[in-house]
Amino acid sequence: MRVALFVACFNDALFPRTGEAVAALLTRLGCRVSFTAEQTCCGQMHWATGYHREAAALARRLTGLFDDPRQVVVTPSASCASTIRDAYPRIARAAGDEALARAAAALTVYELTEFLVDVLGTVDVGAYFPHRVAYHPTCHSLRALQLGDRPLRLLRAVRGLELAELPAAEECCGFGGTFAMKNPDVSVAMVADKVRHIRHSAAEVVCAVDNSCLTHIGGALSRLRSGVRTMHLAEILAATEHTS
Amino acid sequence: MSPLPPAPSKFAVAARQALADTGRRHNLSRAMAALRRRRAAATAEAPDWERLRRAGRAVRDRALLSLDTQLETLEQAVTDAGGTVHWAVTGAEAARIVIDLVRAGGQTEVIKAPAPVLGEIGLERALERAGIAAVHTGLGELVLHLAGEDHPAHFLLPAIHRDRAEIHRLLVRRLPGVPEELGTDPAELADAVRAQTRERLLSARIAVIGPAFAVAETGTLVLPEGDGGGRVCLTVPETLICVLGIDQVVPSWRDLEVVLQLLPRAAAGERMSPYVSTWTGVSEHDGPARMHLVLLDNGRTAMLADRVGRSALRCIRCAACLPVCPVYERTGGAAYAAAGGGELSGPIGAVWTPQTRGVDGAAEASLPFASTLCGACGDVCPVEIDIPGVLVHLRGKVVQARRSLPVPPPEMVLMRTLAWAMSDRRRYESTLRRGVRWARLLARDGRIQRLPGLLGKWTEARDLPAPPRDPFRFRWRRR
Repeated sequence: MRVALFVACFNDALFPRTGEAVAALLTRLGCRVSFTAEQTCCGQMHWATGYHREAAALARRLTGLFDDPRQVVVTPSASCASTIRDAYPRIARAAGDEALARAAAALTVYELTEFLVDVLGTVDVGAYFPHRVAYHPTCHSLRALQLGDRPLRLLRAVRGLELAELPAAEECCGFGGTFAMKNPDVSVAMVADKVRHIRHSAAEVVCAVDNSCLTHIGGALSRLRSGVRTMHLAEILAATEHTS
Repeated sequence: MSPLPPAPSKFAVAARQALADTGRRHNLSRAMAALRRRRAAATAEAPDWERLRRAGRAVRDRALLSLDTQLETLEQAVTDAGGTVHWAVTGAEAARIVIDLVRAGGQTEVIKAPAPVLGEIGLERALERAGIAAVHTGLGELVLHLAGEDHPAHFLLPAIHRDRAEIHRLLVRRLPGVPEELGTDPAELADAVRAQTRERLLSARIAVIGPAFAVAETGTLVLPEGDGGGRVCLTVPETLICVLGIDQVVPSWRDLEVVLQLLPRAAAGERMSPYVSTWTGVSEHDGPARMHLVLLDNGRTAMLADRVGRSALRCIRCAACLPVCPVYERTGGAAYAAAGGGELSGPIGAVWTPQTRGVDGAAEASLPFASTLCGACGDVCPVEIDIPGVLVHLRGKVVQARRSLPVPPPEMVLMRTLAWAMSDRRRYESTLRRGVRWARLLARDGRIQRLPGLLGKWTEARDLPAPPRDPFRFRWRRR
């Protein structure tokens, strides 16, 4: 299967290893992975912060890049996937852009775990990761994409991995994109509780399917010298006996 | 108390103060956790909850999209039933109508049942200024009044942020006639209040209420409630004054059946409200002989004109979005009120107030941003208001209004520059290279602990990992 990787700008800049992990994992599972360097940003931040005109321009650009029907688009960012799926039709409506609405409707983007479980039909991807791991269901993956237990099923199939239960897992970590800067005190109050629950879970690693939320959680864990690290789920799934 | 409310402050500033109130946070957090559990249980046991939500949405949309004729039907039905209908464009006008009616009745005291709409029109303060005493039928409202607080912590549970010990202290110190040896048991506290207010409730001549709904076809007022305060108002006084938002009209009893099933489960995790009173017009020798209905717009028709924003008018004031909101749970109603919100707080307040009051003020403009867009509110809303979607829509309005400023704010410059960089591969890649180099200069031992400018808010309490030297695309190219 031909897979076009949409890595997401945030990962491109800050978490190149997540992109590499997705490519390695999908290649291991028999996919042919391509990456077009024309890709930049899906426009999520602009849309969610109210810059709708700018978001429309970025949406037009992205839909134009991934219009080859012979390939499927996969991204390791649940929030970007939900932006393309749920927000693009709204962006098109707000801009009165029917061509964009059609392009958005024609574009299918899979979040990584959707692609693995629904398209490839696998939960055991042959990973090995001998650590105690907690999974934080990010808001976009949980409530927008409704990933359900797909990520957990994938994690349970990882050899050596001990899954830690995270209390109040479904509560937002307080990131919210520009919210973290516009309302820093509330944002920090929220992540403080998330950190408390993570510590309670006794996990060594916290994973999720959104590096943006993990940057927030990880930023607080790091500031507090918590001894817990954050990691994208893709990096866990890409790990094998040979890599660790 | 000052005669004018303080100038609204931005939500972030108000929230910072609210976050420091540890007692309130503790009480609110515990109460909200209990509400979440109860709502979840009550909606899970209803076999057709999701269908009910869809029906609720349809019923409310039908009412709103034919609001002009529904209101005329309601006016006619209320008039036929012996009531008098008044129309108020603003909250202040509605309060003035109420006060004029009280004065015309020659009274200096009214009984008042709690309702969000009465808070919205600022009735408490308006009565005070007019020298009219209000006897509260609701314990929470009384507690708020005794504490001298202007804004409820929650629009259905005004004093939910106060614990038993605080309420005990307020009653003993500030409510005349309450014995020092009063215990802190909730039943005892309620008894003490009852002993002090019962006489005044029973001798009242005028009552002011804010029904939850009015049924247009029969002109019936509907009051679901947890205590019997509203029922007292419907039976004891000679004159009944009702304030109703024009959005609260329900076309028919069939429609009412749907919303009355949704409301108690969503609001309090109850199968049915302990008291549901319906009242249709005056009748001789039974209950109030005069009835006035004040129909309030206060920005609602403006909201109705907005194709996206109007879905907020579906709201049935169940407050289900409050306990699930992580922002509300930590800040409470006062923070929203300080940011220009009136009575309504939480996610619904953040979509309601900027629409009824406009987004020209910095405070109102800050409300749509008082959310992480986590989506929990939209998931529980019994009439399927897509609150996160409306928040994003309103953020667009705020930004749109700022586009015409002579000097664009720093955020706008940054966002436009980023959009410009992102719209071209070469610009994007050079921005990426420069950004990474700059970030790595700020890093110590792999982490950035202090960022300048707007980003400094991040590093107040959180680190940022230093970006690796090479972004993904350059690594991919080199493979």
